[in-house]
Amino acid sequence: MTSSNFKNNSNKRTRWFTNITLLRESQITKIHYITGISALFVVAIHILMRLIMPFNMSLEFENVILNYKNIFYALLLESILVLIAIHGFNGLRVILLEIRQTLIWERAVNILVIVAMIGIIAYGTRTIIIANGFSVG
Amino acid sequence: MKIFKKDKKRDIKNKEAIEISNTTDNTKSSVKLRVFRINAIQDPKDVHHFDEFQIPVKRWTTVLDALLDAKSYHDSSIAIRYSCRMASCGSCGMKINGIPRLACYTKISELATNTITCEPLPNFPYIRDLVTDFSQFINHHRSVMPYIQNKKADIPDVNELTEYEQTPEDLDKFLQFSYCIKCGLCYSACPTVATDLKFPGPQALSQAYRYFADSRDTDKSNRLKVIDTSHGISRCHFAGSCSNVCPKGVDPALGIQLLRSHLLGFSNSEKKIAKLQDRSSNPYTAEEGEGDTEKNENNDK
Ligand code: SF4
Ligand code: FES
Repeated sequence: MTSSNFKNNSNKRTRWFTNITLLRESQITKIHYITGISALFVVAIHILMRLIMPFNMSLEFENVILNYKNIFYALLLESILVLIAIHGFNGLRVILLEIRQTLIWERAVNILVIVAMIGIIAYGTRTIIIANGFSVG
Repeated sequence: MKIFKKDKKRDIKNKEAIEISNTTDNTKSSVKLRVFRINAIQDPKDVHHFDEFQIPVKRWTTVLDALLDAKSYHDSSIAIRYSCRMASCGSCGMKINGIPRLACYTKISELATNTITCEPLPNFPYIRDLVTDFSQFINHHRSVMPYIQNKKADIPDVNELTEYEQTPEDLDKFLQFSYCIKCGLCYSACPTVATDLKFPGPQALSQAYRYFADSRDTDKSNRLKVIDTSHGISRCHFAGSCSNVCPKGVDPALGIQLLRSHLLGFSNSEKKIAKLQDRSSNPYTAEEGEGDTEKNENNDK
């Protein structure tokens, strides 16, 4: 069997599965770079905010909750969450893609990573909303 | 007397290298040649072993010469692939003392050791002994469309396009990358290829840049599409080992980075082209030809 035959057959078998193309790899790479650099800035601000009072005080329960109550700080935390989740999970995806090169593995990794990323962002956002006080529950 | 003592000390220190270089006086010297042996075609489960040969060498003996000596006088069953014996055909790539090199381009004297170990290129399936299977490598090369694509070339009136025009500056943008002899050394040194067989590898990607940068080619966007996949150019970790081992100075890592910057739209830069110096103030060159000086000035602009 030639390599092109093999490719065609495997494409037929997995067509339903492989038709999902969300973004080109260069677009994903751009997003990876942009989220990485942006995360550096927001994390730097987040760490610097620990220094406006003695470090151990800044991590006391009341002070942490006060941080969440400040809408700007809550937005900063949300942006850290989103940027790190996108950057980190794409990094994980790249590592996993190198382990095996089958189409099914590739698609499974992509789907798994997107689901995990959305799950982490949703869970983190829920925490931020509850701590901020908008919670209805 | 002191000088003599110093020389003697150095002699002892560089004993091995000097032993080989002494052969210029036509005194005999030899090295131990260790050759990787396997027959993966006859028996895919064959386990490799090393055969050792004592080979006489001279200062100019290359590893390929030593292997052919072993084949001629010790064991005619050693499998080697070679053709030009002058680093032009790219057939004789192998791992010599742990580094991918061309056997015909590696002199034993420059290895400065008395034991030469020859193994097949890593990242290529074994066929027999030092011969490896290049099909995957060539498929990757083919996948980047290593030929000029120009829509105007299909015009029925052939006389209109008997040749493509190209300035020396345009040629210089890709000339270095066109020196590739497809020896596969870069492919075997690439850590990404070692884990990801779908990755085209440094050779194919640098050839993609070679045709992308060619002013005669008009299918640039399609070229970028071909390498913009999940196992494409983005998987390059920029280890740079490809450029380290390339025997022709192609610098595939540079080609990959230039292509990547085009793909991401971060920069449209080409390879830095050496500028001609303005020698108009030099009385010797100014006298030689005014036309040349004019050209230099134009280039500087
Ligand atoms: S880029 Fe260099 S090392 Fe790679 S195949 Fe071409 S000549 Fe050989
Ligand atoms: S024999 Fe042709 S490159 Fe070595």
